[in-house]
Amino acid sequence: MRVLVAMSGGVDSSVAAALLVEAGHDVTGVTMKLWGGASDTGCCSVADVDDARRVAQQLDVQHLVFNFGDDFMAHVVDPYVEAHQRGDTPNPCIECNRHLKFDRLLRRADALGFDAVATGHHARIVEHPDGSRRIARGADPDKDQSYVLYMLGADAQARVLLPVGTMLKADVRAEAARLGLRTADKPDSQDVCFITASGGGRRTFLGDRIALHPGRLVDRAGAEVGRVDAVELVTVGQRKGLGLAGGGEPRYAVDVDVPGRTVTVGQADELLGPSVVIADLVVAGPVTGPSDQLPAQLPGGLVAQCSAHGEPRPVSVAAGPAAGSLELTWTDGPQRRVARGQSVVLYAGEEVVAGGLVP
Amino acid sequence: MRPEAVAAMLPWLTEHHANPSGAHRPAREARRALDDAREIMAEVLGARPGEIVFTSGGTEADNLAVLGTADRHGGVLVCGATEHHAVLDPVVGRGGRVVGVGPDGVVDLDGLAAALDPDVTLVSVMLANNEVGTIQPLAAVADVVRTAAPAARLHTDAVQAVSWLDVAALAAPADLVSVSAHKFGGPKGVGVLVVRDGVDLAPRQIGGGQERERRGGTPNVAGIVAMAAAAEACVADRSTTVARVAALRDRLVDGLLAAIPGLLETGLEIGVDEPGATRRRGRVAGIGHLCIPGVESEALLFLLEQQEVYASAASSCASGAMEPSHVLAAMGVDRRLAFGSLRLSLGWSSTAADVDLALAVLPPAIDRLRQFAAPTPA
Repeated sequence: MRVLVAMSGGVDSSVAAALLVEAGHDVTGVTMKLWGGASDTGCCSVADVDDARRVAQQLDVQHLVFNFGDDFMAHVVDPYVEAHQRGDTPNPCIECNRHLKFDRLLRRADALGFDAVATGHHARIVEHPDGSRRIARGADPDKDQSYVLYMLGADAQARVLLPVGTMLKADVRAEAARLGLRTADKPDSQDVCFITASGGGRRTFLGDRIALHPGRLVDRAGAEVGRVDAVELVTVGQRKGLGLAGGGEPRYAVDVDVPGRTVTVGQADELLGPSVVIADLVVAGPVTGPSDQLPAQLPGGLVAQCSAHGEPRPVSVAAGPAAGSLELTWTDGPQRRVARGQSVVLYAGEEVVAGGLVP
Repeated sequence: MRPEAVAAMLPWLTEHHANPSGAHRPAREARRALDDAREIMAEVLGARPGEIVFTSGGTEADNLAVLGTADRHGGVLVCGATEHHAVLDPVVGRGGRVVGVGPDGVVDLDGLAAALDPDVTLVSVMLANNEVGTIQPLAAVADVVRTAAPAARLHTDAVQAVSWLDVAALAAPADLVSVSAHKFGGPKGVGVLVVRDGVDLAPRQIGGGQERERRGGTPNVAGIVAMAAAAEACVADRSTTVARVAALRDRLVDGLLAAIPGLLETGLEIGVDEPGATRRRGRVAGIGHLCIPGVESEALLFLLEQQEVYASAASSCASGAMEPSHVLAAMGVDRRLAFGSLRLSLGWSSTAADVDLALAVLPPAIDRLRQFAAPTPA
């Protein structure tokens, strides 16, 4: 098979490429240049591209660099900034997977005649007897990335390979060390790749792009209890940084109203809700039809996960208030509310059956 | 490299090791080789031997001209918008002025006149552009400069020109002229800055006093000897090479224009007048430049190299990613279209078979990419 491997310069994608070469595939590596100039920090740094290229040279495979910077700006960075402007809490990794890795890159790979695209994600793609496929949790529970891959449709799943999804991270590093790959000990990437601490973090990144507005902190009764210097930077559920430390019960942001320049704070139990609604659904397998017919087609015993490494909780599923939405009701008691813009992913056992965004 | 250059270079890598600055016989032999090379380069570039400063290539020559002038004389630096980054970046870095070009890539002479005043100490306009091949009217540029900024030195980056143009004649109005050996069949890492008598520069490399204190450092004898051999060979057959390569380039570009719908030849209004060779009069022979609507050159280059056609698009940044060209932007080419640019370079060693291969490979590759680029039905 002709396989295009997305090589970020990290250890997982390095080993993914190595395993595919070992399995006898015709492998080409590619690093997507998404962000930044010649800087050596953050996403797509020259050092990361150097690592990817050197690993490819060591594996004796071609290494390409694709400049998808304009797409990344249009589909990931600009929406991230706009979401904060609305007071939402976006997940740019999911949008990058949706629009860049598993759309832009996949289409480019098709045009260039590749049979498949591989990445270093810790997740699996499993095939059912009816031929349909599901994203499933990676073998390493601590590194599982199935949550950020829920948007892969059947078309993409048929053309994507996840070679390290069956491995423990420690074994991935051991394999890299065995092969003498220079990325064997490279630290895991984390946080939003295009925002660096050295660049001033999220506050500077957003402050350079949108106006940040001071706002009032009010309690449920509407009484002012404090102030914040940027309502756009407050996330529902946030406790630190509100200037409310000390004395009494801890208080959390329970609602963010950017146009009204107001953050409502409350106690932990005010963050809890009986259910969560998700829209922009991606549903796996042969499930079809309008969203009000979806719940009946989904298997029972579903759990929902609200962040990349969040605890999955059991839910019952019903049609949501708007067409194309689902309402997930927590069956083991109320859970933390999920901020607008976050993704919630539904699992049946190890497998992703659906996911969507909190509207 | 040209075989003449390889042959000339080898003994200076294998047999002769002396530093030409030494006082013994082997050193004097090296010194003689250097002096011979200096005379040859002077002849080729229309300069006196004492005006030849050997450098590590075009970038160093450009930097020495621009920054050496700025450091010695201060004042305001001016250059064209399509200059190589080795000129553009130091000019911009020192707060200089950038003059626009027309859609054909030729520097706007009225804009140039408007940018000049007595404070200007250097004007840099390249002889031929490295991406699209536009030849600049250097004599007309010189007239404008001498009138509007009489104190300014005129620099021309002739790196792309040596293989195709009579640099000795065309660069005669310039006070400073940059060339690089690898662009005319010599090795990488060696070049020349012509510094006319009486033109004073602050050196960038200091120590040792080589090159009349204009460029310190032990000379790269082997590279310089090879550069001179390449220059001699290049000039000896330049007129026949230019005619032969221009015909190949025209057959290639005209063939592609005929075979591929919507193809645009950069900087030329397609279909305005007929014979291709005439339309491309303002371009050096070795470059054909196209913009391909609906195609991304990153993808196209990959398909081409699968069939052993090696082309290029815009310049590459440090990571190896292709960036949209500042040259095309200056010519008013839309950013999206610039992502589909393709530069086809030909040289003294290009053959009819190379052109046949490119003509066979390019149309189906472009057709394939356009099919995949078409929006897929939902």
